[in-house]
Amino acid sequence: MELNQLTAHELLAKLKSGSTTPDAIGKLLYARIQEVDARVNAYVRSSGLISSFGGLPVTIKDNICTDGLNTECCSKILQGFRPPYDATVICKLKEFGANIFPLKANMDEFAFGSSTENSYFGPTHNPWDLASVPGGSSGGSAAAVAADEAIWALGSDTGGSIRQPASFCGVVGLKPTYGRVSRFGLIAFASSLDQIGPITKDVEDAAILTQVISGYDPNDSTSVNQNVPDYTKSLTKDIKGLKIGIPKEYFVQGLDPEIKFSIEEAINKLKSLGASIKQVSLPHTEYAVPVYYIIATAEASSNLARFDGVQYGYRAKADNLIQMYKKTRAEGFGAEAKRRIILGTFVLSHGYYDAYYLRALKVRTLIKQDFDQVFSDCDCIVAPTSPSAAFKIGEKTEDPLKMYLSDIYTISVNLAGIPAISIPCGFTKKGLPIGLQVMAKAFNEEMLFKVAHTFEQNTEWHKIKPKL
Amino acid sequence: MSIDKETVEQVAHLARIELQPNELEKLSGQLHDILGFIDKISTLNIENIAPASHILPISNVLREDVPHISLTPEKALENAPSKQGNFFSVPKVIE
Amino acid sequence: MKYQTVIGLEVHLQLNTKTKAFCGCVIDFGKAPNSSVCPVCLGFPGTLPVYNKEALNFAIKVALAFNCQVQGHTKFDRKNYFYPDLPKNYQISQYDLPLSLNGYLYIHGKDEPKRIGITRIHLEEDAGKLIHEAGSSLVDYNRTGIPLIEIVSEPDLNSPQEAFDYLTNLKSILEYLDVSDCDMEKGSLRCDANISLRLNGAKELGVKTELKNMNSFKGVKDALTYEVIRQTELLENKEKITQDTRLWDAEKGVTVSMRSKEGAKDYRYFPEPDLTVFIINQMMTEQIKTQLPELPQEKSLRFMRDYSLSEYDAKILVSSKKDAQFAEECIQKYPGKDKKEIVNWLIGPLLSEANLRKGELNQLSINKDELLCLIGFVERGEISHLSAKSVLTQMIDSGKTAQALIKEGNLLQVSNESELIKIIETVIAENEKSTADFKAGKTNAIMFLVGQVMKKSLGKANPKIVGDLIRRRLS
Repeated sequence: MELNQLTAHELLAKLKSGSTTPDAIGKLLYARIQEVDARVNAYVRSSGLISSFGGLPVTIKDNICTDGLNTECCSKILQGFRPPYDATVICKLKEFGANIFPLKANMDEFAFGSSTENSYFGPTHNPWDLASVPGGSSGGSAAAVAADEAIWALGSDTGGSIRQPASFCGVVGLKPTYGRVSRFGLIAFASSLDQIGPITKDVEDAAILTQVISGYDPNDSTSVNQNVPDYTKSLTKDIKGLKIGIPKEYFVQGLDPEIKFSIEEAINKLKSLGASIKQVSLPHTEYAVPVYYIIATAEASSNLARFDGVQYGYRAKADNLIQMYKKTRAEGFGAEAKRRIILGTFVLSHGYYDAYYLRALKVRTLIKQDFDQVFSDCDCIVAPTSPSAAFKIGEKTEDPLKMYLSDIYTISVNLAGIPAISIPCGFTKKGLPIGLQVMAKAFNEEMLFKVAHTFEQNTEWHKIKPKL
Repeated sequence: MSIDKETVEQVAHLARIELQPNELEKLSGQLHDILGFIDKISTLNIENIAPASHILPISNVLREDVPHISLTPEKALENAPSKQGNFFSVPKVIE
Repeated sequence: MKYQTVIGLEVHLQLNTKTKAFCGCVIDFGKAPNSSVCPVCLGFPGTLPVYNKEALNFAIKVALAFNCQVQGHTKFDRKNYFYPDLPKNYQISQYDLPLSLNGYLYIHGKDEPKRIGITRIHLEEDAGKLIHEAGSSLVDYNRTGIPLIEIVSEPDLNSPQEAFDYLTNLKSILEYLDVSDCDMEKGSLRCDANISLRLNGAKELGVKTELKNMNSFKGVKDALTYEVIRQTELLENKEKITQDTRLWDAEKGVTVSMRSKEGAKDYRYFPEPDLTVFIINQMMTEQIKTQLPELPQEKSLRFMRDYSLSEYDAKILVSSKKDAQFAEECIQKYPGKDKKEIVNWLIGPLLSEANLRKGELNQLSINKDELLCLIGFVERGEISHLSAKSVLTQMIDSGKTAQALIKEGNLLQVSNESELIKIIETVIAENEKSTADFKAGKTNAIMFLVGQVMKKSLGKANPKIVGDLIRRRLS
């Protein structure tokens, strides 16, 4: 195998022993990108390429601020934005000795999407089937890792944007507990839901990367001052006696039969490895998508108000201020961004706040209580990551509601603030990856690593790569 | 809950986004469908349920009144689409 | 008066913490534009706020000083609107769970002090500065993010004068707390007013007019005075008053309508997700309470009690914290038991000197010991009160001692009786008519005689003793 096809932990060992150098790895990544990215489009913008890599490169999603390196959320309205500061996770990566890869990963504009089709730079193509989407919004990060155009990557997850693309691309993706990883430097979509997390080739890499980026940040009032355990110690292969809950509401009509089959097989595997399986209920599951699209769009409408052409980014020509605002935002935002901003503004507006926003906050409490209830009895929850495998590019773009509904299995996790991971667990007949999702209670990422690593090491799914 | 074109226009104004007529048409239809779906939550009994404004049980996060190093005006204005000296410049505000 | 005036005031106060509300940028006025800014207060994408502990302390101090109920559970909210001086296009403020509620302060009333309610005091952040030019506007974000508190009064004020008194008392208390420069001209204290008129006895409030752009307490009073006249006229002509925002034009002395085509603003308030809630328990408020200095009201009562000051005199001395300190130090140094003399000096000649120099008592360049020395000369009758006032002015101007100036000016009074009697005899002899008038019962004639003695002695005679001696001589 070429260096760029290896995992981060394998390369870190090689770097430590001196059998390779960061430059050698970087060079191979560039070569791979030359070879395939015209077809995959995992990366955006090509200026600022470096020739010397100080450490193992990490690919960064285009919504995480990097000092001196353009960060544009793949949107026209932020074109040219060069942050004068590093996100806290970037500082942590640099402290760890990693190299910040100079090309940013493609994404749905402002993380609004589940397919990376809403990018100003065009969609990313799924390395397993170039006519299909890689998932979103961290589609670029997931595709790059799957195609060995990246060793490992950071994405962000507000309603499933790490886990769903990870499952579509056959890689590992983890959303940490809300407050585990600093949001300082993550260009906000929904402040009470966003988290940065790793997208990697295997669970061990996810554990290492999560370790590096986690921890209290005094610059983020919502970051929790709680010790970060050594996640690599959770990479055991023993789940005997573990109680796994399977939520019945996730196995209803709408779930693709092939996905259902794979998940059931995976559950059987876990059972054979010593876990006990029990059916549980998350009764408010059907309200998760509506609640999410009220809370997330409301917060987004406010977070995106700052994109107005005044201090940075695109500015439309106009004679007066109001025209400048209106034209800049009309011309700078894509259709999905406008849709969400207007929906979010509506649910906060006078006369509708109580019926929508306030009510949604209360239902969110009910959704969280569902999980608290299940975790009082189970160690973790296992479910599908997505109701289908990767769909065709263009298949869902005309029907926003259809697109929103595909987030059904990932969204509740963000609403409850708990951590969850997606790992490969099979393929459809057409050869598209299927993802298995494991959820645990808040600040119990160790449980995720334990279960995921055990499953992974007792199967071969993670070793299969796309033929590009 | 229905949302008509007039409301969408008013909301677009609040959000400072200019919508073209065909955009307005399409968006109104889409939002109508989305709101119809979202209305599902109106059936739930939420009496005595506290709103989850913050999902974390933390409070009183504060910082010390200690200065940090500020940006230079050059850095602050580096991304400015239009500037005049060390000021950001915007088109005139019409009251 | 057919109509009752109802006024409420909203005061915004900049807190003088070292750094801004949500970031560590230094608060420093007079700095070059956009030089005290950072990604956080500029609202750059990806940044997050963290609230300043000292700002919270200051705000709680203010709330306690105005007898407010500090809420055990308070949070920030976003107030959403678009304007270039607002980098995020929302202001972090407080909506439904403000820091404190239901306070009050007293102002001078007709028969007894009048209690003015304070509805709420809450936390916010300041916006930047916009400079309007010909075809464009320029923005300076140095001021963005400075911590503010907003003090909202109940509509308990019933005249422009009461509004003025409220502001004066408010400022006086705030100065004592040392939480702000409280300077309307510099912009660290801003005031908007709400005014409405209603028929006397009516229960419902009239239509509210908001007044802005007043740059001084006097400006507030003048603007309100103008409004009362303007609205009364409208009401008398049976015209309707529409809800409006008006700007005060101090030069022209009128308010001008700002009537915008937009209806009521929709700020779409919602809880700020980037900040936690704040739980303020009793222990915290008790601790801050112990840090409160003696406030003007308390100090005034103490001055009256300990130094036998009249209420009037006490109120003048405590109106400024530094002046009160200056005054108290003088009073304590004064050797006499009855403090009336030193108080009269403070409230009389010293305050005059301060006013003449457009400054405060405590800013006078006078040494307290020298002041007491000067007063000593007067009390011993060695110089006249009139001379002493002149010496005081010179002391402040030149920095010379009382002793030196009295010597220089040859001001020592003649109090020696035998010397004075000589002059008196001469004067009586030269002024037969006045002497006769006095003897005949015209007691005022003595003033003339005393004056003549003063003239002959070149002002050096002690007038009181002269008067006594003349009376004795002529009786």
